[in-house]
Amino acid sequence: MTPLLEAEGLVKRFPMRHPLTRRVTGHLTAVDGVSLTVRRGETLGLVGESGCGKSSTARLITRLAEPTGGTIRFDGRDITTMGEATLRPVRRDLQMIFQDPFSSLNPRMTVEAILSAPFRYQGLKPEPGQIAELLRRVGLRPEHAERLPHQFSGGQAQRIGIARALALHPKLVVCDEPVSALDVSVQAQILNLLRDLQEEFELSYVFIAHDLGAVRQVCGRIAVMYLGTVVEIADRDELFAHPAHPYTAALLAAVPIPDPRIERARPRVVLSGDLPSPANPPSGCPFRTRCPRAAERCALERPTLAEGAPGHRVACHFPLDTSLGLSRDGARRAGPRPAKGAP
Amino acid sequence: MTLLDVKDLRVSFGETRAVDGLSFSLERGRVLGLVGESGCGKSVTSLAVMGLLNGATTSGEIWFDGQELLGSDRRAVRRLRGDRLAMIFQDPLSSLNPYYPVGFQIAEAYRAHRRTSRKQARAIVVRMLDRVGIPEAERRARDYPHQFSGGMRQRVMIAMALCLEPELIIADEPTTALDVTVQAQILALLDTLRAEYGTAVLLITHDLGVVAGTADEVVVMYGGRAVERGEVHALFEDPREPYTRRLLAAVPRIDRPVPDRLETL
Repeated sequence: MTPLLEAEGLVKRFPMRHPLTRRVTGHLTAVDGVSLTVRRGETLGLVGESGCGKSSTARLITRLAEPTGGTIRFDGRDITTMGEATLRPVRRDLQMIFQDPFSSLNPRMTVEAILSAPFRYQGLKPEPGQIAELLRRVGLRPEHAERLPHQFSGGQAQRIGIARALALHPKLVVCDEPVSALDVSVQAQILNLLRDLQEEFELSYVFIAHDLGAVRQVCGRIAVMYLGTVVEIADRDELFAHPAHPYTAALLAAVPIPDPRIERARPRVVLSGDLPSPANPPSGCPFRTRCPRAAERCALERPTLAEGAPGHRVACHFPLDTSLGLSRDGARRAGPRPAKGAP
Repeated sequence: MTLLDVKDLRVSFGETRAVDGLSFSLERGRVLGLVGESGCGKSVTSLAVMGLLNGATTSGEIWFDGQELLGSDRRAVRRLRGDRLAMIFQDPLSSLNPYYPVGFQIAEAYRAHRRTSRKQARAIVVRMLDRVGIPEAERRARDYPHQFSGGMRQRVMIAMALCLEPELIIADEPTTALDVTVQAQILALLDTLRAEYGTAVLLITHDLGVVAGTADEVVVMYGGRAVERGEVHALFEDPREPYTRRLLAAVPRIDRPVPDRLETL
């Protein structure tokens, strides 16, 4: 079966303009040659720190932004350059959930109107009782239909956003940081809900988050992004157990673990410095300026994604030794590590 | 020795009770983590200690080094604030003035409490910026907040908070707006500086992982009260209260097998 979504060499470049003359002074490459596939029924995670291009990638694959280069095939059709009119039927199957539930809901519209909007957009009308059923499905009550967004808590508002995305039974839902604005307990509820809905509606997700714990909870495969490129992609358990890219290992090691014994035993700072500006990226490997393993070659030649273990691809000239799971210095960097005394 | 002693603090805004009978104390040089979800009253507590609450009804006592703050007049609190008590906020961009260079702003804070020449203040600013890990401190002191990254801006805030060598720093979600790798850098920096200056820290956060790595003692808040408190190892190993237990279980952890469903409250 063909994958549900295939993105090939996606590029998004934004012109940078002088603040007064508006003259184009250069270009910022937010997404720099990203290739991804989403299989039917799977959840692909996209992780990385702010500015790594994960949200821009989301906006490209949902065609909320026009790609500068590359192709996007969704459900067997090339949607890369489709106009809004031809995209309209495609949008039934391709939905999105946003980070801030309140700013993605119109404050003047009742929940009923918000949930009817996808139908209206497609020239349809919800069946009687369909809105009530949607609300029930996401854990709200039918009488909530008459309320306005401000009458809800953050978690409830996010449930409305989820109901809206599911209204037309889409095939793919792109979730852009769906839980990062929520408290942990509410976050857990939403993650559980997303999982239940996936089973019930046979959904595929692209799940974007900077929180590796949340990503690990819901994703089957994970792509790690850095400065507009995918630096590593693997199945979840493989990625967490054997991170091959030094950036992935550093990212894992920096996630605080809520256990003082473990947390205090780990080295805390694994990466020095800041993310370079995407307007002025380093030559060669984008990560080399912060990489503990960087060598001369890294400045000259940009590494491409190459397969190590089956299904595990990494863009690095000097990957951590994945065959052993832990390389000599990777063992200290890669978190989580076995408890002391373990073989 | 007790530096900060909060007794039966109550804060309400009209009918809403934000803090409802909270007591805790903090020793010199120690780190107390105040954790809880949004609306539990943790930030209001920090503002109460700093004397920055407007339009709120407060009762109870806040003792700082033998001086009661809630009943003190504003001028006395102002003399302490910034000098012996300092604060670091979540969002450094909105706590720095975009119109002035960062060095100017740090010097301003310093000279509000110490009689020094501009030149002397300037030297202290550069030394502090260097101390918090800002490269080329001399030149960077003349830069404006927007010219710094999020992590660098938080370093500037830390330099500002520490330039007067306060006895207590209140850090309200100091790393929440930062990426994990930068968060790790800032937490390590706070740790080093705290040890060097012997500063006590009241760390306010929703992140149990950050507390586990940083705090000596923990107070878990819910609905304006402390539901559980204890030494950090004891509290994480054997949480007594159901709320604490469920809060811990709700965090997806990367060092444990993936559960089928997450615990919800």
